[in-house]
Amino acid sequence: MEVIRLTFVVSVVALAISSVLGIPVGSWMGLRRFRGRGLLRTLIYTGMGLPPVVVGLAVYLTLSRQGPMGDLEWLFTPAGMVAAQVIIAFPIVAGLTSAALEGLDPEFPLQVRSLGANARQEAAAMLRQARGGVIAALLAAFGGIISEVGAAMLVGGNIEGKTRVLSTAIVLETRRGEFATALALGGVLLVLAFVVNAGLLRLQVTPRHPS
Amino acid sequence: MRTGRRIGPVFLFAATVAAAGCAPATPDASQLLRLATTTSTYDSGLLDSILPVFEGAYDADVDVVAVGTGQAIEIGRSGDADVILVHSRNAEDAFVADGYGVERFPVMFNDFVLVGPHADPAGIASAATGAEALQRIYDSQSTFVSRGDDSGTHAKELALWQAASLTPALTDAWYLSIGQGMGETLQFAHEQQGYTLADRGTYLSVADTLPDLMILFGGGTIAENPDQAMRNPYGVIQVRAPDLQSSEAQAAAEFVAWLTSLETQEMVRDYGVAEFGQPLFYPSSTAWCEASGPDSPGCSS
Repeated sequence: MEVIRLTFVVSVVALAISSVLGIPVGSWMGLRRFRGRGLLRTLIYTGMGLPPVVVGLAVYLTLSRQGPMGDLEWLFTPAGMVAAQVIIAFPIVAGLTSAALEGLDPEFPLQVRSLGANARQEAAAMLRQARGGVIAALLAAFGGIISEVGAAMLVGGNIEGKTRVLSTAIVLETRRGEFATALALGGVLLVLAFVVNAGLLRLQVTPRHPS
Repeated sequence: MRTGRRIGPVFLFAATVAAAGCAPATPDASQLLRLATTTSTYDSGLLDSILPVFEGAYDADVDVVAVGTGQAIEIGRSGDADVILVHSRNAEDAFVADGYGVERFPVMFNDFVLVGPHADPAGIASAATGAEALQRIYDSQSTFVSRGDDSGTHAKELALWQAASLTPALTDAWYLSIGQGMGETLQFAHEQQGYTLADRGTYLSVADTLPDLMILFGGGTIAENPDQAMRNPYGVIQVRAPDLQSSEAQAAAEFVAWLTSLETQEMVRDYGVAEFGQPLFYPSSTAWCEASGPDSPGCSS
């Protein structure tokens, strides 16, 4: 079914981009001390609480014909949906990654460094150590993306066969009064989330390498 | 967005719970009535304008659930509303025939218009009927935005396609079925410079935010609409309660009688004239038609 395929593609692509951006920013924020770190952290944590529909509205206005990025012609396309979902999920990945790293034993980086690790190796070792927390960050971000409806509806436009995803399809079926179909789609959404979560959690339980 | 009425019931509920906790219910407590209706009657402001009169006269409180026609009918079917006010004639008749409603009464009508970009690439402005206008959109493969949500407006769109003996496929790149409300669909059409079918009332109430769209078929007022098939009749149905003697059922019957009475119909006729220069809804109840003569628009059907 097209709805399921699109939901999967949009969510996974948005999660991948959020991770590529969010894990480095989260590591930097969690491991380094620099000017403006407090402000950055407050901004990221505030971003975690942004109402998705507000993100959707901002992206909508940016991508609209009259908006600054209207020439991209991304409005009402999966690309526009991914952009909105990344803005929603990036703060979650960055914020929770940073929190996971800050929760490590403060002695740990000293030990790693005493073994002769450079800054990059140190960060990699720290991330491995905090792997559980980082994966929880990805799970939280994915849950936010796949269940999000406000931004997906606004930016995607819920076009049948083109930008309709499970969450917006559920809203539509509910408005139609097709409660059974809506509930069934909710079940599909849960199964999809379960499969992706199970995949991500496998990463967490692989035996740890001694660092 | 009008929120006053939606917040009111919450407060009332809280007050009722609080009152129930400390005092026995008084026999003359105001009657609560739940009305499931379409977003068009609610967002146009009509209900906010006329319901206080009913609430005052009958010592009742009306909770309005404003949803799509499909959902409104489903809410009535499950008994979660006492009255429904919708615009999808076939679905209304089926609702009564299946025993969920007591009887359907005509209330009012407005009409549908086809809006689109000023350039009118399909040339629908000169069409004689709505079906012919859709035919031209189909032939020119111009972008058309469909509600696609089983609403009354969607049902009318499908009926017009059927009248034109056409069935646009969802795989056609120019036909976009978006499954959203009227306001969102108009915004979408504006953004994509496409055509869409809209009820005149909703279009008029948001037209100032849609500078690049205009009415291309349907005329400037309902009287100028060249196609009678573009009419949009609303009906009111009392939901069949298990006990028709219960106070809810009686309040629902009173509401139906009040809505179709001559006095209320005159309020419907006058609503919106000051703001939009033309009425948004035209009364068509039996009482109204008896008073204004069978030649009055909307009374013959």
